[in-house]
Amino acid sequence: MDLLSDFFLAKAAFIGIVFAITLGIAAYSTYFERKIAAFMQDRIGPDRAGPFGILQPLADAVKMFMKEDFIPANSNKWLFIAGPCLSMLTALMTSAVVPFGDTVTLGGVTFDLQGIDVNIGILWVFGIVSLGVYGILIGGWASNNKYSLLGAIRAASQNISYELAMGLAIIAILLFTGSLSTKAIVEGQQNGHWNIFYQPLGFIIFLICAFAECNRTPFDLPECETELIGGYHTEYSSMKLGFYLFAEYINMFISGAVMATLYFGGYDYPGIDFVTAQFGNNIAVFVGMGALIGKALLFVFVFMWVRWTLPRFRYDQLMGLGWAGLIPLSMYNVVVTAFGILIGKPFTAGIVGVVLLILGLLIHDQLFVKKKIA
Amino acid sequence: MVISNIWYFLSGLTLLSALMVVLAKNPIHSVLYLVFTFFCISGHYVLLNAQFLMAVNIIVYAGAIMVLFLFVIMMFDLKKNQPESKSSLTKLAGSVVAGTLLVLLIALLRKNNLPAPSEVNFKSQTGMVETLGKILYTEYLLPFELISILFFVAMVGAVMLGKREAGDRNF
Amino acid sequence: MKLSNRTKVMEQGEMTLAERMYLPAIVGGMATTLKHFFSKPVTIRYPEQKRYLGPIFRGQHILKKDEQGAERCTACGLCAVACPAEAISMVAAERKPGEEKLYREEKYAKVYEVNMLRCIFCGLCEEACPKEAIFLRHDTMVPVFNSRDEVIYGKDKLVEKMDQRYLRDGWK
Repeated sequence: MDLLSDFFLAKAAFIGIVFAITLGIAAYSTYFERKIAAFMQDRIGPDRAGPFGILQPLADAVKMFMKEDFIPANSNKWLFIAGPCLSMLTALMTSAVVPFGDTVTLGGVTFDLQGIDVNIGILWVFGIVSLGVYGILIGGWASNNKYSLLGAIRAASQNISYELAMGLAIIAILLFTGSLSTKAIVEGQQNGHWNIFYQPLGFIIFLICAFAECNRTPFDLPECETELIGGYHTEYSSMKLGFYLFAEYINMFISGAVMATLYFGGYDYPGIDFVTAQFGNNIAVFVGMGALIGKALLFVFVFMWVRWTLPRFRYDQLMGLGWAGLIPLSMYNVVVTAFGILIGKPFTAGIVGVVLLILGLLIHDQLFVKKKIA
Repeated sequence: MVISNIWYFLSGLTLLSALMVVLAKNPIHSVLYLVFTFFCISGHYVLLNAQFLMAVNIIVYAGAIMVLFLFVIMMFDLKKNQPESKSSLTKLAGSVVAGTLLVLLIALLRKNNLPAPSEVNFKSQTGMVETLGKILYTEYLLPFELISILFFVAMVGAVMLGKREAGDRNF
Repeated sequence: MKLSNRTKVMEQGEMTLAERMYLPAIVGGMATTLKHFFSKPVTIRYPEQKRYLGPIFRGQHILKKDEQGAERCTACGLCAVACPAEAISMVAAERKPGEEKLYREEKYAKVYEVNMLRCIFCGLCEEACPKEAIFLRHDTMVPVFNSRDEVIYGKDKLVEKMDQRYLRDGWK
């Protein structure tokens, strides 16, 4: 294993590029979050720093660095510092297994546009996501503040609860692909056979769980201002707070990329054969990378759109939805998918499954639920 | 050899963090060292080419069980449970038990000369998820299903314990 | 005992399936926000863009002059008496011969000061003035001040300039 081999350098360069893209998108997500919020409330939003305010992230970063870096008395100093670092670390690690594109050949060397192509790709995502809660938990506890601790505990229990439904939704995908590798999952969806058409129910479950895992509205109870002041980051200031906020935006982008990989064909896009024939393989692959990032950004927009539309859940509603709503639903989805594969008609089975579910609920409604008096 | 160096480094790190689990005064630190130990063990799994075990180890132990440990310990009033409360008798008994276990393990390893892995019989794909799945669902089907029943029983038990009976206080 | 027969008893049964699933309501809400996403912003970019505040807005004070350019104020002190915030103070002086061009009456205000930190812009000085000398402009606001030295407005800031006279729509 030579640490200076071409392979190693190419991988390092690729990982660097992915980090740069991720961090850049996360920085600009803060700007677009404010812009989108403004547009949805018929306002203009930040427009003072540079033309259309596009230097706003820079101004925010400068402000964050200039703020006093405060560490509360009687807090656990090292863990207090470790909290945001862990959050950032886990947020960035997930992107390693997202396949950003097919292989390209540059200068006679073939590159794989993916950090690591392991055959447990999706389990890696799952493992890192489950570790993401440590940053919040440690930071919240180390703050020596009751509100922070409550926020941290909420985050932990929420993440663990929604991981289950998320895992069950992924299992239905794995039934299709027969592999845990993200690359294989994407390759199974080429030419428009996107999993969203076969797994509409699974996608909705996964989307809701992704919201919960990212601690985004309507599941942002760990930082619920009305109850917990700032939640787990009540005591944080300066760049440590910045890291927490930044990690949230990175998580949003990465979960968007993962959703695109799992359900929207990854780097597949309509007309890929035409582009390959016209401009060669490399251009087609780079357009595919753009397509994946575009899909991920679309999900980031959906995250923001939902945030500025829906109010927050109550905590017991959150737990009820997770345990009593999504987990049975995802189990049903697994059974329907397995049945569809067994009879060899997964597409029909997916549609019929949703229709049967709605019909069943309607019948249950008619029989057992007291009607409103008009 | 880079790989063997990595092995030595990982093993040292594992032992160090495992020791710190026992020696740390603060229970929270203990738990975090334990999480780190799990990571090191996952690293060993990667060196063994058992990626599935590595991922599952992280998801189940580091990601879920240790979070719950941390969760419970954070609820304690740590000032009340300082380790000074342990009597020297307890410490003595603990060391004797642990020492005996260590002696037993070493004796076992010395008695049974474990066969060295031969390069001819070595299959690099043993730890892969496909192989593992096939073995679990053919050769070890019965134990696998029995374990699932065990888990199911445990789950039912937990639900029963958590269930509020009529007349219980409604918090 | 009902006071009137207009009371309506509302009975709320269980929610319907669509209501319990939340999804239709969520989609409806998201459609609403998306509609607003594409609608025109209502923001007025204040320092650059100013809204017309109406003909009776009470802004900065002005001491009017008449058509010949003589100050109307006669330092009667009625505005200071009327002022609920006690923001107005003045020193009266007698008009010297030869100053008829400057002051309309025989008595005038040598010093006329409005404390802008005290003023509540109620407009009672305007009401009280018998000479139609003090007005609150509808087109100019008192700017933000950075130090207390700038707070008290003297005659230099209050008296109307002849080259940019203040006229309201209702006046001739």
